Amino acid sequence: MIAIELRGINKSFGPVHANKDVALNIDKGTIHGIIGENGAGKSTLMSILYGFYEADSGDVLINGEVTRIRSSHEAIAAGIGMVHQHFMLVDPFSVVENVMLGAEGGALLDKGIDKTREELERLKREYGLEVPVDSLAGDLPVGLQQRVEILKALYRGAQILILDEPTGVLTPQETDQLFRILKALKDQGVTVILITHKLQEIMAVTDGVSVMRGGEMVAHRKTSETSKEELAELMVGRKVLLKVDKEAAQPQEAALKVEGLSVIGADGVARLDNVSLSVRRGEIVGVAGVSGNGQSELLAALSGIVAPSKGKIALNGTTITREKPLDASEFRDLGVAHVPEDRHRMGLVTAFTADESAILGYHRDEAYNGAILMKRNAIVEDCAQKMADFDVRPPNPKLKSANFSGGNQQKIVLAREMAQKPNVLLVGQPTRGVDIGAIEYIHKNLVAMRDAGAAVLLVSVELEEIMSLSDRILVMFEGRIVGEVDAKDANERMLGLMMANANPETDPNGKAQAAGDMQEGAEL
Amino acid sequence: MTGSNGGIPRWVDVGLIPLINILMAFFVSGLIILLIGEDPIEAVGILLYGAFGTDYGIGYTLYYTTNFIFTGLAVAVAFHAGLFNIGGEGQAYIGGLGVGLVLLSLDSSLPLILLVPISILASALFGAAWAYIPAYLQAYRGSHIVITTIMFNFIASALMVYLLVNVLIQPGQMSPQSREFADTSWLPFMHEVFAWFGMSITRSPLNLSIFWALICCALVWAFIWRTRWGYEIRTVGFNETAAVYAGINPKKIVILAMCVSGGLAGFVGLNEILGVHHRLLLNFQLGYGFAGIAVALMGRNHPIGIILASLLFGTLYQGGAELSFDMPKVTREMVEVVQGLVILFSGALALMIKPTVERIYVVVAAIAAGRRSTVEG
Amino acid sequence: MDDFFILLVSTLDATIRVAAPLVLAALAGLYAERSGVIDIGLEGKMLAAAFAAAATSFVMNSAWAGLLAGISISVILALIHGFACITHKGNQVVSGVAINILVAGLTVTLGIAWFAQGGQTPSLTNDARFSPLLWPGAEAVKDIPFIGGLYTEIISGHNLLVYIAYLAVPLTWWVVYRTRFGLRLRAVGENPAAVDTAGISVTALRYQAMICCGFLCGIAGTYLSTAQNAGFVKNMTAGQGFIALAAMIFGKWKPVPAMMACLLFGFLDAVANRIQGVSMPLVGEIPVQLIQALPYILTVILLAGFIGKAVAPKASGIPYVKER
Repeated sequence: MIAIELRGINKSFGPVHANKDVALNIDKGTIHGIIGENGAGKSTLMSILYGFYEADSGDVLINGEVTRIRSSHEAIAAGIGMVHQHFMLVDPFSVVENVMLGAEGGALLDKGIDKTREELERLKREYGLEVPVDSLAGDLPVGLQQRVEILKALYRGAQILILDEPTGVLTPQETDQLFRILKALKDQGVTVILITHKLQEIMAVTDGVSVMRGGEMVAHRKTSETSKEELAELMVGRKVLLKVDKEAAQPQEAALKVEGLSVIGADGVARLDNVSLSVRRGEIVGVAGVSGNGQSELLAALSGIVAPSKGKIALNGTTITREKPLDASEFRDLGVAHVPEDRHRMGLVTAFTADESAILGYHRDEAYNGAILMKRNAIVEDCAQKMADFDVRPPNPKLKSANFSGGNQQKIVLAREMAQKPNVLLVGQPTRGVDIGAIEYIHKNLVAMRDAGAAVLLVSVELEEIMSLSDRILVMFEGRIVGEVDAKDANERMLGLMMANANPETDPNGKAQAAGDMQEGAEL
Repeated sequence: MTGSNGGIPRWVDVGLIPLINILMAFFVSGLIILLIGEDPIEAVGILLYGAFGTDYGIGYTLYYTTNFIFTGLAVAVAFHAGLFNIGGEGQAYIGGLGVGLVLLSLDSSLPLILLVPISILASALFGAAWAYIPAYLQAYRGSHIVITTIMFNFIASALMVYLLVNVLIQPGQMSPQSREFADTSWLPFMHEVFAWFGMSITRSPLNLSIFWALICCALVWAFIWRTRWGYEIRTVGFNETAAVYAGINPKKIVILAMCVSGGLAGFVGLNEILGVHHRLLLNFQLGYGFAGIAVALMGRNHPIGIILASLLFGTLYQGGAELSFDMPKVTREMVEVVQGLVILFSGALALMIKPTVERIYVVVAAIAAGRRSTVEG
Repeated sequence: MDDFFILLVSTLDATIRVAAPLVLAALAGLYAERSGVIDIGLEGKMLAAAFAAAATSFVMNSAWAGLLAGISISVILALIHGFACITHKGNQVVSGVAINILVAGLTVTLGIAWFAQGGQTPSLTNDARFSPLLWPGAEAVKDIPFIGGLYTEIISGHNLLVYIAYLAVPLTWWVVYRTRFGLRLRAVGENPAAVDTAGISVTALRYQAMICCGFLCGIAGTYLSTAQNAGFVKNMTAGQGFIALAAMIFGKWKPVPAMMACLLFGFLDAVANRIQGVSMPLVGEIPVQLIQALPYILTVILLAGFIGKAVAPKASGIPYVKER
């Protein structure tokens, strides 16, 4: 029996055709994967299913009947539940309150609370979905928050459960637990739709898979009859060039040395915990890890955005400590350039023209400033030069930064940072949301920077990117560096295990290991 | 970002939509005038004549315009840093206090040529100081600047009443105001300036402050768009995270922008105290601080727009005052109504008609293009 | 001692009366801000209600008609605020400012046009006002020391709207913490996306909150012109809407603490009126302006985090836009 069928779904946002004639059939009681790159149209499709948008044309059939879904309310009524990528929880509410929100069972709360407790007890028994029901949602770890989201959907009687990139914030153990839960749901007849861009998850858990590219459904496969390689090819549309051409590194003296660096958040939790590392001129050091394990804080501390709480950073003869912090512009003066992880939030100002964005962080330089007024012509010419050097399209310094594509925005940021000929180049997620042509270009330039003698620290959640670019690889877990390997000796399995802090040689039990013991590992 | 920008030219966004917003505000104002039993068209005629029909009217119009330019610029500078300075009222009040204190202590010992720059400095410093505290609290203590600046308006008001009732009051007088400054220290009125060149115009409160207001427009423009400090202010206003990344300290920028803003608001004190009243008194700032919000919104935070919007409000103030003679039911308060409606339509409802106008534009453009192609074909 | 007791009783009595409209307006602000809409237009709504109530009471010679008019106009203004901020995602502070200025002008303009008394409404007769309610036995126990004074002056003898104001506090507490509407209200001010994805309309919820806000502001304004005074006077709110806003923040967006803050501010006001020109032991004469400014100063100090920490609902001030 078919649980969900889509026929000829179209959706446009202005000139962007986000979904083109999308068709899809999913059998009841199966786990179906939808895979595609960022911007392939997966999220739009799911938003249509959950009533966030209405399709411009096309039909949605639930259990064989044409169903109009114009709001989340109607989606819930049709038996659809959704676990969003960013959890939809009210932090200061308890788990019970979060679960019952929108399904309170009456104008007064007391009866509903009792009923919700009973129902949560039942769901725990049936699916093994255990959560501390009276804790505040905001206090729970992400894995449990996600479980609350699943409970919310099931509590509302969802027979079709959509999960949007559910593993991005999970450790491999939490991912395994999630997959066990999904299989339990499937056994009870629930239909699960798993949206992801991670091939191994599709292979591990799904029964069927559909591939989206450029807003279109390009293929449907039974999972047992396909391979990672085939799916990857379908996803990108041509053979992926994973190997980056590069010579062996010629590392020289260390340009950046970090000893015992910690960054402690306002809540007292160490985001970065006793990290020591060094990056030499002429090498690329990759930092691997599941996102949210301290990589962002590492970049922030090494670029002066966040002051160290403990430890020291040695740069070009200057030592930075908690007592003697420097701000981001002083780091730049010491020859540190930084391509940030999130170009929209950090790398540029989308409301600025390109030439204004192209001097961000260097706007106090003498080259751009007179005694009082800025040198307009110098700024525009400088931007035009950068655009020519990095093949930014359109090469118009007066165009608003927001109006460039992701790849071209990233090129503007890269051009700006590389133009400084830095001693140390910090790079975060350089190819996130960037088209494949620009990826190769960006990778080539990073290698060129290395060969020109810069010390490059690369943070990425894409293991393939880390493995193909790096000369040495560090692995981060919960704010600590839990392993270091030479890129030549690295493979995906080994890094994956380290990212889960389950070093096969020393600690077969993974997370059970106490944090203190692992610090020895960090100082390898 | 749903690509609503696709193909809609800038003049629709910057010209047409704001114009329609203002017309809607005027339209509703007209309805209210109808409601109270007067003819809105006739009212507009009287209003325009009152504002521009005589040199006396023009003088008053420009005198009001001067104040609006100062408070409008003040609100705009804070806006560029992403801040809502709703405390222009208090900053103008305290700015006037600064001018008053300078004049009360130095009016007979210094020549005008020195008193003017000192007064400018004093009004800016006092206004800036009154803005500095909310700015500091926002930057370093996380207070909500909207709430603190509102509170500071009331605190300023209490402080001024206290000072004028208990400290600065002219001995032997009942009304809470200071003594008059020596007449050698008064900023020349415009009718006096004209008289130097042998031209005669009717007395009005318009004084040389208006030139300082126009100079401030140019300075603010250069500051915001042509200096690195303005660049940093705009960066913080658009995207604070990017600002920190760029090595800009948002806390310092909050304080810088608010101090500049407060200083500009303080110049109302210059116009009123040094230019018109020549003594310190109560409530000379009343309403200008809030009107500055309307001016900045209408002027889209750009000095040119602010000059035009200030002129409009100056016209309404002066024309409205004249109007109340001819139409006793249409009082000065009617101007507040218009002001409130302008803030509502150009500010809070600024985006209301945007989708409709853009849709109409697309349709009209398509028809025009179709006609053109049939003509060509 | 006896003099002191009489002074104390009269001060407390005044405190309760002065604080009543503040309590109503603070609760009004609480509904708005808990739903995620900042409302600095409390002042304007109160003023409009005060005018509408006085004008209607005068014409209809009925305090109840006045109350209905006051509530209606205030709810309409709250809905305009909602139309700008919720439907059109306008700036909430700008919209509040607009309403305050609009109302300040409109009440006087209409007042002059309709009543030609310089912006005031004609004095109301007792029928057109809410008069004090004497509780049973108040006369009888009046002369019993302490308790008699407390009962007769402080508990009995206020008008209906005062009792409504103080009953609104436990009622609001119950609504916010014990009903489905309250749960959703608290949720939408913290995370509107969570409410939306739970199948509840954020827009409808926020509009409902705005109606509650307008309703309470309407009673507060009506109180000013038809209970506390006998008619509308130009700008008669004189900043009370902002004091109520301050009290709500002072009460950390919770009903009972907000009421306490209103009582504190009301007490300061009552004291200010009683010590004018009186020389105090040790400190001498305290400037009355200082006491009048104290609510504002205290709020600034509180917001600066020097006494406790005031954390606003996380989503307040941010229009809700669905994310792709």
